[in-house]
Amino acid sequence: MLKDITLGQFFPGDSIIHRLDPRTKLVMLVVYIVALFVATSWISYGVMLAFLLGCILISRIPGKSIVRGMKPMVIILVFTAVLNVFMTQGETVWLRFWIVTITKEGCIRALFMVVRILMLVTGTFLLTYTTSPIALTDGLESLLSPLKKIRMPVHELSMMMCIALRFIPTLIEETDKIMSAQKARGADLESGNLLQKVKALVPILVPLFVSAFRRADELATAMECRCYHGGDGRTKMKLLRYSRLDLEAYCVGVILLAGVICLAVFGL
Amino acid sequence: MAPILQIKELSHVYSAGTPFQHTALDGVSFSVERGEFIGIIGHTGSGKSTLMQHLNGLLKPTAGSIALDGVDIWANKKVTRQARFRVGLVFQYPEYQLFEETVYKDIAFGPKNMGLDHKEVDRRVREAAQFVGLTEAQLEVSPFDLSGGQKRRVAIAGVIAMEPEVLILDEPTAGLDPVGREEILENIQAYRRAKNATIMMVSHSMSDVARLTQRLLVMNGSKLAMDGTPEQVFARADELVEMGLDIPEITSVFLRLKQMGLPVEPVYTIEQAVAVLKALKEGKRHA
Ligand SMILES: Nc1ncnc2c1ncn2[C@@H]1O[C@H](COP(=O)(O)OP(=O)(O)OP(=O)(O)O)[C@@H](O)[C@H]1O
Ligand SMILES: [Mg+2]
Repeated sequence: MLKDITLGQFFPGDSIIHRLDPRTKLVMLVVYIVALFVATSWISYGVMLAFLLGCILISRIPGKSIVRGMKPMVIILVFTAVLNVFMTQGETVWLRFWIVTITKEGCIRALFMVVRILMLVTGTFLLTYTTSPIALTDGLESLLSPLKKIRMPVHELSMMMCIALRFIPTLIEETDKIMSAQKARGADLESGNLLQKVKALVPILVPLFVSAFRRADELATAMECRCYHGGDGRTKMKLLRYSRLDLEAYCVGVILLAGVICLAVFGL
Repeated sequence: MAPILQIKELSHVYSAGTPFQHTALDGVSFSVERGEFIGIIGHTGSGKSTLMQHLNGLLKPTAGSIALDGVDIWANKKVTRQARFRVGLVFQYPEYQLFEETVYKDIAFGPKNMGLDHKEVDRRVREAAQFVGLTEAQLEVSPFDLSGGQKRRVAIAGVIAMEPEVLILDEPTAGLDPVGREEILENIQAYRRAKNATIMMVSHSMSDVARLTQRLLVMNGSKLAMDGTPEQVFARADELVEMGLDIPEITSVFLRLKQMGLPVEPVYTIEQAVAVLKALKEGKRHA
């Protein structure tokens, strides 16, 4: 069922990573991604991997869920790997036929790219798995608030994001229901050629859009009834506050980035 | 005659293997005879909708089997698809599934999927519309321009048009006014009489199921708790109340009368009540 897709779903928990301030986690993710792109050698990749695995262990997210979340990535990974294997020029030729040459350099590069993407996605998953969507948007709003000075509607943007995230599970549930209802009337969603498959989506998409618009309308009315009118002067029920844990996390982040940069500088 | 539906030790677990795992059905067994009108009652979340979605092969059992006319509906793809047409399922709040430009086209969606020819589709659409009391003029308007109750009828007609042998309705009257409810219940009975169909209806209205059905299935906490005639089921009023269910108001009145010492048997419909009271009055007069 659609509902079982875990893509970016929040897993409630009480690990150290769950308890970190969302801002810390967001900044750490950026640091992690930068470090990932700085890392070029086997050693630095090893360091990054150890860091990532450590985080997963601490967060107590079941490995199965992370692997399942990777499923939609398979196509991109295969594509990246194939492209890199065939397109990279190199000296040590392993295989040559027709216009294709496969070199040692190409294979290594492909492996690096695939591992990099996997680690990138896993790191992002770790953030969304351990942070509720509300906390995430709160953190984002707080981090981006300096942009308010140049008239960026930061609050509005984060509110939109928050609502969008909130409604993903609802819409998935709704899609499931509508699909069942149309299947009960004999809709065939699996067989047929591409055109037929696209056509078969109409009975699903029309009710889905109708209900999404209805929900949006109702939500807007409900928000207005509670006198919501944008971000100015709005206080928060849950204030974001840094703790010692966050300080320690930032230290770890700095050490990681510095370490990876050093390794790169010394060409290890 | 052999039962049309036979459900054996049916269990269903949602999201198995995740933190959200939930057993919605647990070892449910019963069989349905041709032409029966069965009511299904139970507390919110007791697994009624889950059970109904198994009967036409929308959900696959985690364990157990469902046989339609003696054939397991999961035997092969063709049988499963056939089961969808032979067992028609009207969902809870079915009006949200409408999608076509006109009411006519929406009702025709099911019959068309069955691969029927144009003339047969037309006949079925018009007949189904008649069963649910839609006028010819209404067939040509957009379903989105209708009222909630009318949309509900279009959705029910969409399933009736497939002329299923077993018609399952999941709370068909939820959220309707008394007149609208009465009409829809009347429509369902009309279909039953005309096609000699088997009806299964999930309902939260005890007086409706008491009045209409000949058999009641009571779901409680993923299990089938009771299976019997309305008399048998409502006689166990204490247990029903414990499950968080009601009994028909008239039944509780009569139970109280009996407690107060009047020689009355428990009844569960108004008609029965009138008859019993009349008999009581006659008896008094003759005494
Ligand atoms: N798609 C689903 N995924 C996970 N759990 C589900 C799903 N659908 C239902 N459930 C759970 O299964 C249980 C039974 O649900 P079901 O819809 O069958 O109840 P119901 O008896 O029809 O209730 P109601 O009277 O409210 O319609 C509920 O606890 C519900 O939370
Ligand atoms: Mg239900």
